[in-house]
Amino acid sequence: MIGFWTLFYKEILRFWKVAFQTVGAPVLTALLYLMIFGHVLDEHVKVHGVPYTSFLVPGLVMMQVLQNAFANSSSSLIQAKITGSIVFVLLPPIPYSAFFAAYVLAAMARGLMVGVGVLLATLWFTELKLVAPLWILAFALLGGSLFGALGMIAGIWSEKFDQLAGFQNFLIMPLTMLSGVFYSIYTLPNFWQHVSHYNPVFYMIDGFRYGFFGVSDVAPEISLAVVFACFTAVSLLTLSLLKRGWKLRT
Amino acid sequence: MTAAVSIIDAVKHFGSLKALAGVSLEIEQGEFFGLLGQNGAGKTTLISSLAGLVRPDSGTLKVLGYDVIKDFREARRRLGVVPQELVFDPFFNVRETLQIQSGYFGIRKNDDWIDEILANLDLTSKANVNMRRLSGGMKRRVLVAQALVHKPPVIVLDEPTAGVDVELRQGLWQFVRRLNSEGHTIILTTHYLEEAESLCGRIALMKQGRVMALDTTANLMSAGDTLEEVFVRTMRL
Repeated sequence: MIGFWTLFYKEILRFWKVAFQTVGAPVLTALLYLMIFGHVLDEHVKVHGVPYTSFLVPGLVMMQVLQNAFANSSSSLIQAKITGSIVFVLLPPIPYSAFFAAYVLAAMARGLMVGVGVLLATLWFTELKLVAPLWILAFALLGGSLFGALGMIAGIWSEKFDQLAGFQNFLIMPLTMLSGVFYSIYTLPNFWQHVSHYNPVFYMIDGFRYGFFGVSDVAPEISLAVVFACFTAVSLLTLSLLKRGWKLRT
Repeated sequence: MTAAVSIIDAVKHFGSLKALAGVSLEIEQGEFFGLLGQNGAGKTTLISSLAGLVRPDSGTLKVLGYDVIKDFREARRRLGVVPQELVFDPFFNVRETLQIQSGYFGIRKNDDWIDEILANLDLTSKANVNMRRLSGGMKRRVLVAQALVHKPPVIVLDEPTAGVDVELRQGLWQFVRRLNSEGHTIILTTHYLEEAESLCGRIALMKQGRVMALDTTANLMSAGDTLEEVFVRTMRL
């Protein structure tokens, strides 16, 4: 267990030492989104009877939770691989399950830290109620963990920074941006509504938002089941890659 | 007595390249053992297989009787490796680096031993300096320190003096000799043959993934040859 806690602590320390970049910058990005979209649309748009700025906040929070959880594990692994310092975690007797848990939990922690930062900062702009806080917590924890595990796969798979950037720009960004962060999918044409249901991030955003307003496009129980199934599948895949030492132990 | 390292018929391919072509050797506890060969001879592959960084295609490798695959946790606890490349984590200072490395090996309170290693490697004044700000030689010392934090009975030094100044070399060898005299098994790869000659009790000469010669240093040089002459002759075989 000491090996696991040390790796977890190291991963936390790694992003905390550059918190201005890893926590502060994403909070600022989310605020810019809120100021621009909120200012333009707040007086014209209501979604599920909720003013647009209030509707936008949970989506922005969850988007930052997911993107930063992904960024944490993926950047840590690719940097360690490229600099060669990965040997320091491969030489000790750390079981692959502890390796997985440490990276995923640290990624989730960064995601949550950024999420809380965005939430606190947006309180200046709008009032938020927490109708069902347990749903908020469940989706944040599960979503952050899922993207932390996905970040591990991307970090292990990538051999160069541009491969990781490709993963981030062509998979993670579209999945998060087209998930209903900025809109309810019922404002979309039928075809795109249908497509949105195949995007797991849609369920994370929708379920997370339910915790704030008590309304959602899909029942939160269904969303949680989908997110949990995705988390299980991605975790099993990551664990099997770690067990085989894929791209880590030649 | 259980061998410090036991390797039986280790084979490893990288694509069409046969990096290890059936290596077998045994290193006794307390030995100072040299593993020599030209670049690409398979020394680092053999060491990496022992450390679990490379998975051999076939063969058995054990550290103090523990199989490096089946009993990897026990085997790795008993092994300390100084890697050949000058690698470091730029986020941490020297002390943090060593504390973290101790934790990976399951040791929480290790400051007394860390202080001792720092003193022996002349790193005490650099304990709170970030790794990025150290010179190449200093970084090399930290790599040695990292390999020693868990007091491994078997220590592998993969070209530890490459690019290192004379003063550090002497200090390092003095420290490693002391560890050896205290019972640690030392396995050394180096291109400096005079170092191997003066330090190692036994030497294996490798070429193209095979052990070409394996004997005590004295026996290898019994005909009055220097180790360099023996090395050059063996590499021509």
